[in-house]
Amino acid sequence: MFPTPIEKTSRSWQLTYQALLPATLIIWLLPLIAVAIFSIKPAGDFAEGNFWGLPSSFEFFNNYGRVFFDSDMPRYLMNSFLITVPTVIGAVALSAMTGFALGVYKFKGNLLIFFMFIAGNFVPFQILMVPVRDLTVSMNLYDTKLGLILFHVAFQTGFCTLFMRNFIRALPFPLIEAARVEGVAEWRIFVFVVMPLMKPALAALAVLIFTFIWNDYFWAIVLTQGPDAQPVTAGITSFNSQFRAAYHLMSAGSIVAALPPVAMFFLMQKHFIAGLTLGAVK
Amino acid sequence: MADIASPTAETRSWYKRNEIAVTPWLFLLPGIAFFALYVIIPIFQSFWISFYEWDGLGEKVWVGTAHYERLLGGDRKFEVSFWNNIKWLFLYLLAIPGGLFIALLLNQTVRGIRLYKSLFFFPFVISQVVVGLVFSWFYLPNDGLFDIIVGTFGIDIKGGVLGNPNTATYGIIAAGLWPQTAYCMILYLTGLNAVDPEQVEAARLDGAKGWKMLWYVILPQLKPATFIAFVVTIIGALRSFDFIAVMTNGGPFGSTRVLSFYMFEESLSEFGFRMGYGAAIAVVLFFIMLFFITYFLYSMYRDEKGAR
Repeated sequence: MFPTPIEKTSRSWQLTYQALLPATLIIWLLPLIAVAIFSIKPAGDFAEGNFWGLPSSFEFFNNYGRVFFDSDMPRYLMNSFLITVPTVIGAVALSAMTGFALGVYKFKGNLLIFFMFIAGNFVPFQILMVPVRDLTVSMNLYDTKLGLILFHVAFQTGFCTLFMRNFIRALPFPLIEAARVEGVAEWRIFVFVVMPLMKPALAALAVLIFTFIWNDYFWAIVLTQGPDAQPVTAGITSFNSQFRAAYHLMSAGSIVAALPPVAMFFLMQKHFIAGLTLGAVK
Repeated sequence: MADIASPTAETRSWYKRNEIAVTPWLFLLPGIAFFALYVIIPIFQSFWISFYEWDGLGEKVWVGTAHYERLLGGDRKFEVSFWNNIKWLFLYLLAIPGGLFIALLLNQTVRGIRLYKSLFFFPFVISQVVVGLVFSWFYLPNDGLFDIIVGTFGIDIKGGVLGNPNTATYGIIAAGLWPQTAYCMILYLTGLNAVDPEQVEAARLDGAKGWKMLWYVILPQLKPATFIAFVVTIIGALRSFDFIAVMTNGGPFGSTRVLSFYMFEESLSEFGFRMGYGAAIAVVLFFIMLFFITYFLYSMYRDEKGAR
């Protein structure tokens, strides 16, 4: 193991390490700790210039109550869910199929198609912006959740295919051959042999895509406007213009907007990290 | 003997006989159709639109290479954006050594280390919009914590970090580095987990330690992690948009624009949509990215060939 395990080092370094760890963590998370404290402060604190001190009173229920009952926040949150969940299902389903095709079969153009998916996944969003916006408008889907979902599904298919294909490649191929010898139809091999083995990959991709889509801002402002379809990342800016300079409410709103992917991460940590670090180990 | 098998072969349907050849294409069809419609074709459409003057609604007017001539012939906004992109590219790479450093700090087996690892990773999960907001409060002139801290050293940044054209871009990049470092950290932690303990022990017996050990024994084994960290950081740097839109909206005096932001601004500006000019900027950005994409794909292709 590198660096040297702490148990094998000198007593003084061990103690320093134990103290260093929480100290660096607090500095690292300082911005987050600050918003968390901001969100329970009364408005008066900011007026008096008490930005970074302790709250003068505990206003948790007041501030978060206003976020939920006094703004469009719940609608934006709902939109985010209604956009994110179908996208996750769509992208994972499509890429399970493409990944299966590219991972199991040998045919001409296999690698070419695979690289097309990877390359497309790397392009800057801006080169897609004008045509995709135009396409969405012409399908009458501008400012609808469906318009946003369709684009996200298509774009995420690139990354998901890379992931799925590499995962399926690592599965034991003799299993598929054995099924073929038994005369099992190819689509049944996909459903009954490969799919059950892909559960970890499906879970990893699902949490990862959930986070990516929830946090998307660019496409939200390009393809939607207003509280009917906009997700919470875009909603937070109009929320902020509603409560201009009301830092306690903006903080509470930001925390609410950020919470779902955070919860997802802590609940599904293992899968999340497995997905993110794909390829970091050979 | 041979004709025992033939009757069955003829009674089997065309699909049955060609199953192995046809199935992959059936599985690929929906994915490719979607991806082509929304990603591949739009890339070419953007090239095409960049030769037109277009407000997004009316007729397109052919202007040839006029947009590119304007871009490269001294559009000051474009120059500022381009150089800011270069700053992003280089400074964003600091996330890689930063992530490695934190990963080395956390690669221990003390009590509660798992929680530490996930808390250090935390910033990456939060949306960039929220991170941008939080940092803009942190940078507030007079009331912001940053201003207070540097103030005690007698440094006064006029207009605050984000209000001063000389510091604004660096302030935004610093905000961007926070989640990106967390991402690189998690890549390296996974990589460190897979480092061969026998090699480390052998190197230790040979007297290698500290920097030497890191440079000659550990880093070569972390190469796949470094490669991925490099890919995601470069792409992240060139895609930077959210932070700029939220923190400064391109200001002050347009000093924090990058190509992706400038493109958005031109295409959907309040003074009428200039889609053609926007598309031309996107094409330039695309070519900068293409340089890296080609390199990434080439490396992946080499590995792919090696794996066969």
